[in-house]
Amino acid sequence: MSEKTILKFSDETAAIATKIVARYPEGRHKSALIPLLHLAQAEFDGWLSVPAMDCVAEFLSIQPIEAYEVASFYSMFNLKPVGKCTLEVCRTSSCWLSGAEDIVRHLEKKLGIKEGQTTADGMFTLKTVECLGSCGTAPMLQCGGDYYENLTLEKTDKLVDSLRAEGKARVYTNDNPVNID
Amino acid sequence: MGKKILLANDHIEGIRFLDTYRKHGGYASLEKALKSMTPEQIVEEVKTSGLRGRGGAGFPTGMKWSFLAKPEGVPRYVVCNADESEPGTFKDRYLMERIPHLLIEGMILSSYALGAKTSYIYIRGEYFYVARILEQAIDEAYAAGLLGKNILNSGFDLDLYVQIGAGAYICGEETALLESLEGKRGNPRIKPPFPAIAGLYGCPTVVNNVETIAAVVPIVNEGGAAYAAIGVGNSKGTKLISASGHINKPGVYEIELGVPVEEFIYSDEYCGGIRNGKKLKAVVAGGSSVPILPTELILNTAAGEPRLMSYESLGDGGFATGTMLGSGGFIVMDEDTSIVKNLYTFARFYHHESCGQCSPCREGTGWMEKILHKILHGHGTLADVDLLWDIQSKIEGKTICPLGEAAAWPVAAAIRHFRKEFEDFIRNGEHVNDVKHYYRLNNLTALIN
Amino acid sequence: MAKVTIDGIEIEVPDGTTILQAARMIGGDIVPPAMCYYSKLKTSGGYCRTCLVKVSKGSEKDPRPMPKPVASCRTTVMDGMEVLNITSPEVLEARAGVVEMLLLNHPLDCPVCDQAGECHLQDLAYEHGKAETRYEFPRREFEKIDIGDKVQLHMTRCIMCFRCVKVADQITDGRVHGVINRGDAAEISTYIEKAIDNDFSGNVIDVCPVGALTDKTFRFKSRVWYTKPVDAHRDCPTCSGNVRLWYKGEDVARVTARKDTYGEAEEWICNSCRFDHKKTSDWVIEGPTKVDRHSVISANHYENLRMLKASIDRQRESLPHGDKVNLGTGALDPNNEEK
Repeated sequence: MSEKTILKFSDETAAIATKIVARYPEGRHKSALIPLLHLAQAEFDGWLSVPAMDCVAEFLSIQPIEAYEVASFYSMFNLKPVGKCTLEVCRTSSCWLSGAEDIVRHLEKKLGIKEGQTTADGMFTLKTVECLGSCGTAPMLQCGGDYYENLTLEKTDKLVDSLRAEGKARVYTNDNPVNID
Repeated sequence: MGKKILLANDHIEGIRFLDTYRKHGGYASLEKALKSMTPEQIVEEVKTSGLRGRGGAGFPTGMKWSFLAKPEGVPRYVVCNADESEPGTFKDRYLMERIPHLLIEGMILSSYALGAKTSYIYIRGEYFYVARILEQAIDEAYAAGLLGKNILNSGFDLDLYVQIGAGAYICGEETALLESLEGKRGNPRIKPPFPAIAGLYGCPTVVNNVETIAAVVPIVNEGGAAYAAIGVGNSKGTKLISASGHINKPGVYEIELGVPVEEFIYSDEYCGGIRNGKKLKAVVAGGSSVPILPTELILNTAAGEPRLMSYESLGDGGFATGTMLGSGGFIVMDEDTSIVKNLYTFARFYHHESCGQCSPCREGTGWMEKILHKILHGHGTLADVDLLWDIQSKIEGKTICPLGEAAAWPVAAAIRHFRKEFEDFIRNGEHVNDVKHYYRLNNLTALIN
Repeated sequence: MAKVTIDGIEIEVPDGTTILQAARMIGGDIVPPAMCYYSKLKTSGGYCRTCLVKVSKGSEKDPRPMPKPVASCRTTVMDGMEVLNITSPEVLEARAGVVEMLLLNHPLDCPVCDQAGECHLQDLAYEHGKAETRYEFPRREFEKIDIGDKVQLHMTRCIMCFRCVKVADQITDGRVHGVINRGDAAEISTYIEKAIDNDFSGNVIDVCPVGALTDKTFRFKSRVWYTKPVDAHRDCPTCSGNVRLWYKGEDVARVTARKDTYGEAEEWICNSCRFDHKKTSDWVIEGPTKVDRHSVISANHYENLRMLKASIDRQRESLPHGDKVNLGTGALDPNNEEK
């Protein structure tokens, strides 16, 4: 048997995790599970490997299976490796009415992959997802923490090119608030 | 122009931030409440206002609040449901990203009214950036003494946290939300007990939608009676409508309940008519779960009365000829829309979002999706339409939570009102996007007008 | 105490009793079937929906009927409540719908399944199912996995009753298996291959209503109807030692917990009793087990089921007429009311 990989949160992440745990009443620290799985996913290459989930379970002193059960329930947790940018195109009613399918087909052609796959260079994963609450600005896709709305094929092209140039998904931070106006 | 209460200031630059929000009357409600009102008085005002849950169920908020158990020595919780995931609905996101302090003020008021010392806003994981906006606003509120210990020197303490989900429509169901907030799978609980008796951590809990909680702010400020003076019948106050689909001006609109549907669709104040000069075919008026209605039934009731944007009027005629206001997710479809394919996207959605706890929903939603997929790909038979009808009837009302109904109703309504389109689609045997074109091809010109 | 009437039969039960428990106190045909509820496991029940009943009167205080059918296993009785089970065509139709859903992805591998003959899903399908399925798509399939060297998990057969997870949660330490994924992709799993290893893990076999969790030491040894059950005990340091031995000829083919009328284990037994003590000399024999419901080895098992099925079919044919139709089965015989 190969040696078991053990992952640990960085000090910085562990500090954030400790702060999150403090939000709940005593003995209710399991409430922090979903926020901590998000932290783990962000810290350990965008997906939740078994050691990544074990790290969270260990941090919260819960059984590892409890972390697996929860991680596998929610669609935002990736249980397999993904590219640096995951393009998640909404496919539900309003987006479909507004041409989401064309965006997906266009991205498939442009990236040379099918829905659910990752490009060979590990840059992009293409996914379709259910309603992201952007029906009034359809069609749209999400990448990182950001929404890209009112998409056209040209806008999609531009987005892919700029993400490729930047080399990673943009993450919304307090210093870099998204442009919402 | 209709009266705006929640979004009266949404156009003001910087309303997202505390100082601007306060400059325009923000936190006046809170000061009024903490200085001059008892918690019971706030509950009374909310009862008087006739406010109903804005997440979709439309249950009277004051009544829900009055069910809250108050045993000695047990904490109570107020949890805001910001897990907005009903397809066609994006009003809460709009409200939170534009005026986060309105929700925060509402949360403090509600917590004070219900005696909660710790409250949570549970927001869907995909609204990550909105969660950040809320957290920034909460930080501002703490710094200004509006949260934390001894708020505005009233002796009232409150801690408010944002909890982030991770992608599960079902967590919009209040008990699934509480499970998720406890760090578990989002499986709805079996009721009773209801959250008012045993909610978060087994303690009495009130779960309310973002818009509902925001509405408490003007209700406290202006009084419940003033709120109740707006609207029509038992549909009091204003409602945020998320308008999307084939309209000229998609977006979030605050309407006074009772605006005629026709005015809402065609007036420039709201949707601005159908895009590209096309004709209206159908509307899903309250989010994906509610029954779809064809033009003639959405504009007028079966009795020929103009249909209004209100709980009663949209519900007029029951499911035979009516629908529901639901969450206010108003999806408009033009004449070229394929109802069959739209229904497929809904069926796929509910299949994807079923939690898998109880058998009718777990198995039935997938079955319906597969049949619709088969029809879409030209392999359907006429018997499949009857089978779909039968399956939805075997799900509706048989499940633990309302997701069963939510999955069944759209299928039932699409077949009820557009059966012929399903049959034509099956006979023709191929994907039809342009229905008019298809009708011409098949010499069904009578159907074009 | 609360008075409740189920299918016209009145009974007084302690407060907090569920409709299903009250029905079991009455007994007979009016007892709703239960695939996920297990009286010995806390928070079990409510999932499979086979025990749905109609509450035609809520209580004496609030006589309004409940708007939807309710899960009888998770609904407590109120004084004056009136419940319809087999006298309601609507309930029977709903139950038939649930059975169809449960069978949708269930394989038809009864001929090679160790559970056949004592499978609750078999009984349920026989009573409420149709001979043919309307499902034309490929069924869900999973690889078989060994969870430890004594228990096999064949997820393909699972109907997601969650009893085994509750056993792990409530009677063993350090649960290693649970429910992963969501919706119809959900499965019982350890996620990473891991043995379930503790003294009481074998009880997951006894609580499984279908052949998803089976005893590897009994695998393909015999059809259950060729074995003879005998009650026996031994002085066990870990559990009560009260078990049931299943003989094939002179040999103990398997050891299980003793089960009651509704197929529930009376007491949990330990793995040592279950897997390691298969010699007659290990046990003090008490005598042959009295067999009734839920076993093909009981007298006239399918004969009785056939009679029930016939009356259920008659009821369903009468849809959508009124709710109160006399079934004319033994359970509704007024002479039986006293028992």
